[in-house]
Amino acid sequence: MSAGDDGIAIRVHGLTKRFGSLVAVDHVDLTVPGQHVYGFLGPNGSGKSTTIRMLCGLLTPSEGEIDVLGLRIPAQAEALRSRIGYMTQKFSLFDDLTVRENLEFMAAIQGVPKTRTARRVDELIEQYHFSDRQKQLAGTMSGGQKQRLALACAVIHGPELLFLDEPTSAVDPESRRDFWEKLFELADAGTTLLVSTHLMDEAERCHRLAILDQGVLVADGTPSELTAKLYGHTFIVEADDPRRAQRALVDAPEVLGVAQVGNTLRVLTHAGGVDTGGAGQYLRDLLGRAGQVVKVHAAQPNLEDVFVAVTRKSRQEERMA
Amino acid sequence: MSWRRLWAIVIKELRQMRRDRITLAMIVGIPVMQLVLFGYAINTNLRGLEAGISDQSNTAGSRALVMDMLATGVIAPVARADTPEELMTMLRRGRISVGIVVPPDFERRRLDGRAVAQILVDGSDNTVQGAAVQLAQVPVDNWVPDARAPMRSTPNEGRISIVGFYNPQRRSAVNIVPGLVGVILTMTMVLFTGIAIVRERERGNMELLIATPLISAELMIGKVLPYIAIGLVQTSVILALGRWLFVVPINGSLLDVYVAAVLLIMANLTLGLLISTRAQSQFQAMQMAFFIFLPSILLSGFMFPFAGMPKVAQWLAEILPLTHFLRLIRGVMLRGASLWELWVDVLALLAFIVVMMTAAILRFRKRLD
Ligand SMILES: Nc1ncnc2c1ncn2[C@@H]1O[C@H](COP(=O)(O)OP(=O)(O)O)[C@@H](O)[C@H]1O
Ligand SMILES: [Mg+2]
Repeated sequence: MSAGDDGIAIRVHGLTKRFGSLVAVDHVDLTVPGQHVYGFLGPNGSGKSTTIRMLCGLLTPSEGEIDVLGLRIPAQAEALRSRIGYMTQKFSLFDDLTVRENLEFMAAIQGVPKTRTARRVDELIEQYHFSDRQKQLAGTMSGGQKQRLALACAVIHGPELLFLDEPTSAVDPESRRDFWEKLFELADAGTTLLVSTHLMDEAERCHRLAILDQGVLVADGTPSELTAKLYGHTFIVEADDPRRAQRALVDAPEVLGVAQVGNTLRVLTHAGGVDTGGAGQYLRDLLGRAGQVVKVHAAQPNLEDVFVAVTRKSRQEERMA
Repeated sequence: MSWRRLWAIVIKELRQMRRDRITLAMIVGIPVMQLVLFGYAINTNLRGLEAGISDQSNTAGSRALVMDMLATGVIAPVARADTPEELMTMLRRGRISVGIVVPPDFERRRLDGRAVAQILVDGSDNTVQGAAVQLAQVPVDNWVPDARAPMRSTPNEGRISIVGFYNPQRRSAVNIVPGLVGVILTMTMVLFTGIAIVRERERGNMELLIATPLISAELMIGKVLPYIAIGLVQTSVILALGRWLFVVPINGSLLDVYVAAVLLIMANLTLGLLISTRAQSQFQAMQMAFFIFLPSILLSGFMFPFAGMPKVAQWLAEILPLTHFLRLIRGVMLRGASLWELWVDVLALLAFIVVMMTAAILRFRKRLD
């Protein structure tokens, strides 16, 4: 079983962590259902690692309650250790041990029975494509290979819950796809995964996700729920001179975000009581005044738009407060 | 406590050590280098020491005595002086390392059987002390002007007195090699485990380890065990070289020597672990290790005689493992004592080990904050 009685793996209420005057995690409420891939999306410094460390019982929260797999954390952290796998953001296996030695070490530490260790290690070497590099020192491998090894080590004892902290930040796109295949295989086999990332395309793959910004949880839900609830409108703007058009838009009060995509601009505006037509007209007028001849189409919002919208909103509220 | 996890840590440490060339080189290199350096620096068979001579008597007998001393080859005359004070000035300035003073009443003293000459030595240099001992062996009564004067069969008991300056204690290789076992073990062992935990923290391994069921005692003991073996290798190297190069005897039982060594090794390893749980970086750990090393060398009785130290220094020295080890090892190796007879120091080392290990295990938190 991979979760509490109600199928919830992690339940967090009012979780806060302060480092001196810095509030790294700010009253986060979170519910992670079992057997899901749950994403933590947020820019660097938004508190993803700090939250994960508190959930594993490695950092003591300043405030708040944590319940992981039915255990109170940090009080019952020791009981949790054998039931979780944790892949740290920085590669934390031993550079001066070989692939096989690292796996054997983690098997012993995680309490895989001695009689089953050799078979389990062989199995993982096979599954994670290390057959021809068993004797290679971990420190000499590429970023993608290291992450694969770290994942193999994290799952060696068949944990119910896996914490993966930015597992693919140093990995090329091809290896990234393979890596995510593995994550879904694990989820299918009944493991709950909590994966942090700052990449939109990865967040989009998660069953559910939470968006963190400066320690605050600004939105959560499935990717489609989040885009459906988007507080704003998305447009594609075709302009003769996209860069000048961008300059004209970027400081306008109703515009949340402008990003150049090829020769077009992707523009996100406030909902602000107007419908999509009204917002489109607002953009046309704005660009017309700047002497730009443009075409403006409404577009399907994506997760990046959601991200820009919720993080801008939280910052504006902060400014007004 | 799981033996499996403990053993996994031991194996991991050994594998990492095997791939770490610098550490490997240090394990054997440091003892060999130190022993050879210390050993030869204290070699007592020196020749050609610069000497100043003040023969205030200037009789045929006194001249013959000086000639006999020169004939040993240990000293080479570089200066003559009228008074002992002049010699002392030269000694202080480092112009000479040995001064020979023959007083004006040399003949009278010789007949009376009193001390006939003085050798002033620069005690800041151990080697010179040894040389002076050799000089003092020159027979005083070889040259007898008067057939009626009594011949002495044991001429030298106290007839030439040695006055050491700056360091009144005399020591030799035999005395130093056993101590060197302790000094080398203190230096390397504290350092090895001192960086053991910090290194894993710096490399990020620790965050992985503390998120597993591994407990502090397994980690701490697992880190100490491999180094006990290393320490014993070092001990053997020093003892073997000491025997081969300097003919240092082991008068007591070899087993007692090794038991004493294991006690010191463990004391230093546990101390290193405690340092490691405190230090923020490997560099800081090394600084702390050095901070322990210096008083160990100075106060333990290795450099300066324990009895001559102020009370406060003696109390401090009693805390240091090296102090107790020196008493044990000198007792066993030189006086042929057994560890049973030296139980006080054995107990002191055991207590030190227990206290340090407990402190290290308690101090180590499976937390990042
Ligand atoms: N041990 C610490 N001491 C002080 N500040 C910290 C510590 N760990 C993290 N922080 C700060 O907390 C904030 C959140 O960090 P982190 O959780 O690592 O973010 P993320 O993983 O999302 O990049 C950052 O501003 C970081 O500098
Ligand atoms: Mg992080």
